Amino acid sequence: MADEPTPDGAAEEPAAPEPERRAGALVTWSRGQEVLHPSRAQYVDTVRTLKEEGFALCVDITAVDYLHNPPRDLPPGVAPERFEVVVNLVAFDPPRRVRVRVQVAETDAHLPTLWDLYAGADFYEREVFDLMGIRFDGHPDMTRILMPEDWEGHPLRKDYAIGRVPVQFKAAPSTR
Amino acid sequence: MSTELNDDEQLDADAPWLGSADTSEGAQELAGRALTDERLLGLERGAVLRLPEGAALDVGDINVESPEDETMIINLGPQHPSTHGVLRVMLELKGETVLRTKPVIGYLHTGMEKTAEDLMYVQGGTNVTRMDYLSPFFNECAFALAVEKLLDIEVPERAQWIRMLMMELNRMSSHVLFLATNGLDMGATSMMIYGWRERELLLAFFERVTGLRMNHNYIRPGGVAADLPDGWRDDVLEILDVLPGRLDEYDTLFTNQTVWRQRSEGVGVITPEQAVALSLTGPNLRSTGVAYDVRADFPYLRYDEVEFDVITGTVGDVFDRYAIRFNEIRESMRIVHQILDKMPKGDFRIQDAKITPPPRGRIDESMEALIHHFKLFTEGFNVPAGEVYVAVESPRGEVGCYLVSDGGSHPYRMHWRGPSFANLQALPVMMRGGFVADGIAIISSLDPVLGDVDR
Repeated sequence: MADEPTPDGAAEEPAAPEPERRAGALVTWSRGQEVLHPSRAQYVDTVRTLKEEGFALCVDITAVDYLHNPPRDLPPGVAPERFEVVVNLVAFDPPRRVRVRVQVAETDAHLPTLWDLYAGADFYEREVFDLMGIRFDGHPDMTRILMPEDWEGHPLRKDYAIGRVPVQFKAAPSTR
Repeated sequence: MSTELNDDEQLDADAPWLGSADTSEGAQELAGRALTDERLLGLERGAVLRLPEGAALDVGDINVESPEDETMIINLGPQHPSTHGVLRVMLELKGETVLRTKPVIGYLHTGMEKTAEDLMYVQGGTNVTRMDYLSPFFNECAFALAVEKLLDIEVPERAQWIRMLMMELNRMSSHVLFLATNGLDMGATSMMIYGWRERELLLAFFERVTGLRMNHNYIRPGGVAADLPDGWRDDVLEILDVLPGRLDEYDTLFTNQTVWRQRSEGVGVITPEQAVALSLTGPNLRSTGVAYDVRADFPYLRYDEVEFDVITGTVGDVFDRYAIRFNEIRESMRIVHQILDKMPKGDFRIQDAKITPPPRGRIDESMEALIHHFKLFTEGFNVPAGEVYVAVESPRGEVGCYLVSDGGSHPYRMHWRGPSFANLQALPVMMRGGFVADGIAIISSLDPVLGDVDR
């Protein structure tokens, strides 16, 4: 467990007017909700720092495919990528929420797992992998969860053509 | 399975899944011990749940080499009356004792998050209401609140109280149904009939208000679909009159019954640390003593103006989860009483012709109203670009809606945090070491709704 204050990992960050930071990540506010934007290298350290601050409950992990580049609110210094993994955390005392958004490149759709910090990340990371095709390194059971095992493609991606894919049925296993 | 990506020189243009990463063929099923990640084996025994030092087992101590011929892997479900739909649970048994458990889900997956991207915000309610079909108002409300937050509007006060009224009555109907199915699973067959009967009272009221018994699409962005009908107060008062007596009967029937307590007490215990680590919410989390309730901790609508207690348990067993829901029905009745007192007069939806349709009568006399009506139901309304996460407390826990808008009339991405989905993760921990018959009680006590799990 790295207990040191999180390393200021992003080297590409020029830091001209000293932007707001928290747990080593840049902060934006979306409709009154606090959003952190760590780089992929900082991601786990940021979440670990948040957990040590009291964010004990990992309430949700999901991902968005920004293929069509809709306008989105990113702090200067964070380069938009195709995918974004979104983690929602809750602290109990005092009750507060925080959201972590990480950019994940299309060509390298990997992210370290949060499973070691929050065992409850298990199903959520499997869901993201299943529907968005982002892999979580170190996850003990990186399998599909909602779609059949032999499904091809990741349905929630924006370039996954709905209506053109024939309904796939799982082949009947011969020996079981 | 490999971790390298896109080894796709064969990524040809007519592949419909073009651009997707490589697909794991890995089994979703419960694999044999030797094939399972050690950390997963440790999960059930609390080794990796961040317990305090000493309470947790070291992962290295787990015997992976358990003789294969002494254990047996069997399926419970997906076609089993006690699995509440199409939940498939794979169990590793040693004799009658459950060692490992793995929920295998997805049998009810209908891609509602994908569907939502093709539905306008005005249509979205019909989609989300079908997720958790036992508590549809909560999904509708989370969706409506998320859209309203993106629009930066606040609905009229009466609409907020109507929403609260419908949600609390819905919480009662959902919990009453839990009592019914829980009773059935534990062998108390008559409770099933009683529970469905009480639920019918509430569904009849929903039908009078919304026109439908389930899948109402009543709570919509901008308010609610229609005002409460004449005589609604008497209907609610009648429900509030009938239920307490019935609940007392069930209290006698269950809470004071030796057989019931022996079957439920000490069964399926989960500690607060484990429950939090596994992202449990709702009654399942509160049964361990963690008083997390979205209504109390992050008040939405007018929940900060009503008084209610957050019911918590101490042991975190099947009995606690039953008792919490039981008492939450009473707590909801308390809230409904306050809502009846405080229900203000006024509009039931925001008077903004761009967001809510004009009254039916106006369409006959006003060209402008006709055009608004037409535009609203053909083009919908545009929502400013942005992203937002809104959560409400459903009978099963925190139901959250993560909504991304690109400025158009359709959600760019809609994600749902289904409480049942996360709650199922606790099964392996709760089931370990118990009997299969206890397993039935435990699944039932989690109160999963598979429409909410698979979405």
